[in-house]
Amino acid sequence: MSALLLRDLRLALRAGGGFGLGLAFFLIVTVMVPFSVGPTPETLAVIAPGVLWLGALLACLLSLDRVLALDWEDGSLDLLATAPVPLEAVVSIKALAHWLTTGLPLVLAAPLLGVLLNLPAPGYLWITLSLLIGTPALSVIGTFGAALTVGLKRGGLLLSLLVMPLYVPVLIFGAEVARRGASHLPLEAPLLMLAGLTLGTIALMPFASAAVLRVNLR
Amino acid sequence: MSIWEYANPKKFLTTSERLLPPLWGLSAVLMLGGLIWGFFFTPDDYRQGATVKIIYLHVPAALMAINAWFMMLVASLIWVIRRHHVSALAARAAAPVGIVMTLIALVTGAIWGQPMWGTWWAWDPRLTSFLVLFLFYLGYIALWEAIDNPDTAADLTAILCLVGSVFAVLSRYAVNFWNQGLHQGASLSLDKEENVADVFAYPLYACMAGFAVFFVALVFYRTGTEIRARRMAALIARERMAADA
Repeated sequence: MSALLLRDLRLALRAGGGFGLGLAFFLIVTVMVPFSVGPTPETLAVIAPGVLWLGALLACLLSLDRVLALDWEDGSLDLLATAPVPLEAVVSIKALAHWLTTGLPLVLAAPLLGVLLNLPAPGYLWITLSLLIGTPALSVIGTFGAALTVGLKRGGLLLSLLVMPLYVPVLIFGAEVARRGASHLPLEAPLLMLAGLTLGTIALMPFASAAVLRVNLR
Repeated sequence: MSIWEYANPKKFLTTSERLLPPLWGLSAVLMLGGLIWGFFFTPDDYRQGATVKIIYLHVPAALMAINAWFMMLVASLIWVIRRHHVSALAARAAAPVGIVMTLIALVTGAIWGQPMWGTWWAWDPRLTSFLVLFLFYLGYIALWEAIDNPDTAADLTAILCLVGSVFAVLSRYAVNFWNQGLHQGASLSLDKEENVADVFAYPLYACMAGFAVFFVALVFYRTGTEIRARRMAALIARERMAADA
């Protein structure tokens, strides 16, 4: 299993595009926001936590079709399915690799991009922390979406349509933590809900992902 | 006699065809009766005036929007556990009906909200979770349409329905939480059921029953269509194979 993780990470690093593209997308979304809502610092400060969360979510979504598609095309997914490792573990590793190559860089980039959006000072800690807690859930849920659409020729747009509604609770609680953090409000409740969502999805979603992957592989 | 007999498409078709005319009739009587009773023979509300009468479309549609998803969840479970094709096709047949009900609830809600709240749309928890439900329906229908192999499509949509149900419930609570966090005043979330007086309630019950029977009839009808479409596809495939041979 660690060999699989290392393989995925190496592929993502050497094949290029993998996490660089997600980061670049995050950057460009953040840059486009002031163009669309105007450069007033007060406006930007209000929307900054939400925009950063939405940008990170979209960057995550954009990179989902890479999670399984390449392995599906060259047949290594079939080999993995017949390997003496449960398929649930394989999809968990895939999600972990996706998080390490996409989610983690986004978490680290978010405070930097916060500067561009005039994020209030206490917000930096909480945007980083909420993304750190929330992005694993995005990767795990996204892997389910990728497993659903892996057999389809033009699955990209459908993948977004399927995954976006599933992201709603994570986005709500995550952005709530960041927003409350930025304006000094009590945030234990959304923080705990976000952590609960992440732990719950990490525990349960691999079973659903493996189930749909088995259907697609048969 | 067991309910699983209707897993046989032939048996399902003959029975549902026998049931359909009385179901259509009953739903027409209940819906028309309830709507006419509600629209013309109930007094205007002392605060809302005649606008209150949109309740006879809004509430039954919203009720059926949620129950249609629930029916799809049960049908999907039956398909996953017992592999009865009719069950998967019934779930598929119910989805477009459910999405239309959701749309009716959203649109009538907007039309009702405009004079009452002064706005077509507000990010009230109820409204928002209905919008999310609409998105879930969209994804479910799109996935059915996207996959060619009918059994693969049935399996994948069934699992999507199960996972989606969990996340739909989660979204409902998340949205509740989110809005309270935003603005404290609950001035928008009128609890409609509590204030309804008997004069309004009886025609409302008739409309709700009418919508429910209408939904059952539509699902029977559409499931029959799906079964026939499946048979035709099988016949065409057989003919093509015979022609090739």
